[in-house]
Amino acid sequence: MNATLLRHETVLALLVCLALASLAFLSERFFTPENLLNQGRLMSEVGLVALAMTFVIITGGIDLSVGSMLGLSAILLGVFWHNVGLPLPAAIVLALVCGTLAGLVNGAIITRFRVPPLIATLATLALYRGLAEGISQARSVRGYPEWFFFFGQGEMLGVPFQLWVLALATIVCAVILGLTPFGRAAYAIGANETAARFSGIRVDATKLWIYAGAGLLSAIAAVIFVSRVTTTRSDMGTGLELDVITGVVLGGTSIFGGRGTIIGTALGLILIQALKNGLALSGVKGDGTIVVIGIVLITAILVSAIIDRSRGG
Amino acid sequence: MSTAAATLRFHRSRTRRFLSDYGQELVVLGAIVLLFIAVGAYNPRFLSNTNINSIFAGNAYIAVAAIGMSMVIISGHIDVSVGSLIGVIATIAGTLAVSGYPIWVAWLVPILVAMAINTVVGALVAYTRIPSIVVTLGMLSILKGGLISATAGAWITDLPADFMIAQVRIFGIPSPVYFMVALTVVAALFMRYTDFGRAIYAVGGNLDAARAAGLNPEQTVVGVFTLHGLFAGIAGLLFATQLQVIQSTVPPNLELTVITASVIGGVSILGGTGTVVGSTLAAILFATIGSALIFLNVSAYWLRAVLGLLILATVLADMARRRRSV
Repeated sequence: MNATLLRHETVLALLVCLALASLAFLSERFFTPENLLNQGRLMSEVGLVALAMTFVIITGGIDLSVGSMLGLSAILLGVFWHNVGLPLPAAIVLALVCGTLAGLVNGAIITRFRVPPLIATLATLALYRGLAEGISQARSVRGYPEWFFFFGQGEMLGVPFQLWVLALATIVCAVILGLTPFGRAAYAIGANETAARFSGIRVDATKLWIYAGAGLLSAIAAVIFVSRVTTTRSDMGTGLELDVITGVVLGGTSIFGGRGTIIGTALGLILIQALKNGLALSGVKGDGTIVVIGIVLITAILVSAIIDRSRGG
Repeated sequence: MSTAAATLRFHRSRTRRFLSDYGQELVVLGAIVLLFIAVGAYNPRFLSNTNINSIFAGNAYIAVAAIGMSMVIISGHIDVSVGSLIGVIATIAGTLAVSGYPIWVAWLVPILVAMAINTVVGALVAYTRIPSIVVTLGMLSILKGGLISATAGAWITDLPADFMIAQVRIFGIPSPVYFMVALTVVAALFMRYTDFGRAIYAVGGNLDAARAAGLNPEQTVVGVFTLHGLFAGIAGLLFATQLQVIQSTVPPNLELTVITASVIGGVSILGGTGTVVGSTLAAILFATIGSALIFLNVSAYWLRAVLGLLILATVLADMARRRRSV
């Protein structure tokens, strides 16, 4: 089991190296520190959410509402600060709390009422986005103070601030998933929920925490997003779920649950970002890259399904 | 005396059966009627011919797409790419029409394209056993990105007059209303009385039992997606021809509106139950709510939040009902 897991990530790591090498070969603008760090900056928001989504998918669930939770948190940040008149640090904390609550509501609907995660989060995708639109009346909030832009545009030791956040979050998530009872519970639930329940694992509590975590990380991503683009809009994060799920699945996490690693997700994200950047550098417009991501998603799952079957899984 | 009681009980059980079979549909129908009465009393212009026509005709394409979506959900799957598909179909139809192809080509080819695309999706879902949410999520980005890249956001104008099938009026009623009613009736009869229609319920209700009963679930699923493509194609055509221009975008989250129509119309998201009549009624209900918000001076920006709450409430009620019946 461990050997096959390692194999997927080894293949992926080789693919990443291959992609980076060929991009460096194709465009001299690619392998420059500025470009790489800038790509890391752009990757952070999707990356943070993907870490949480890895847990969600490992338990056999899915969360389609992450983009809407990001949008709602961003709007609430703007509304708390601009319309309610709270100090910005308090507004940030409240936005993070609300994002976590949104995730908690997802978890509660899924665990208390046994609604399939796909449907529960499809409903809250509409609900949270609708709240963001209704609360903001589609008006944007601008004019944030200068210090706030540090989160999305600032640097520490020459590296973008949000890359530090992403790196820290990645390590924390990798440790939780790989080394703690909580992580093992997540795998057990995804592999066989009934068996996990009978072995005394607190299935509902674990899931509740995981969906709340998805809300929190979406909200953190929202703060960084707002700080990076200096404005709050109600359509922020639309379609985020596609990028996130693609990264996680490409990273080797089984969409049926029970299998996957944080390292795999990180590699999957890097591969997608490199692909996007490479396509952009070679003149493909933004919409063309969405097509490629769609194709990559379907192919990745197709290949892993075929490998699964040939292994007799 | 006892015969009378028996007859009474028979009638009562038939009524109860009808209520339990069509409960959701009746609730939705009741909500539409109530909404028309309440909002009409507040503002009589809500009941004007123009407004009623725009509620029904302007949203008929959503109801038509929801028929196919209901079949997909009843079979135990889902399709989140239908909004982008409708956009692609509209653009293909418009491009053919302005390029001077015969009108029937501009009508027929896009529908066939929609059926072909969804047949591929259905085959991927049925034979590779990749969850339909993942396949259609990928398809969503392929279609959406492809459409914007191909059109560069340009609108199609100067469409030939006889191409505009959605602007035809018969007895003063716009043609999309006829399409909506006719397709709903045909699909409802098809689902109830044909072997294939029953197979869709069987596969969605219990896949293993369906297979044991000699059905071929894979073929059924591919067939369902092909049919879904047919309805999406017709919906795309109605959408393309209702205005004088074809924009390269569809209303945001169109797929969500279509799925919500199916679910609120009583199609259980777990598969196996529901009717296409319900989804058409639910599509009309949304259109009425959207219009009512305007007439009640509530900002239209709240519409999506209302839809989200509705879908959540319906799903929770469905789960509660299932738990009670188990």
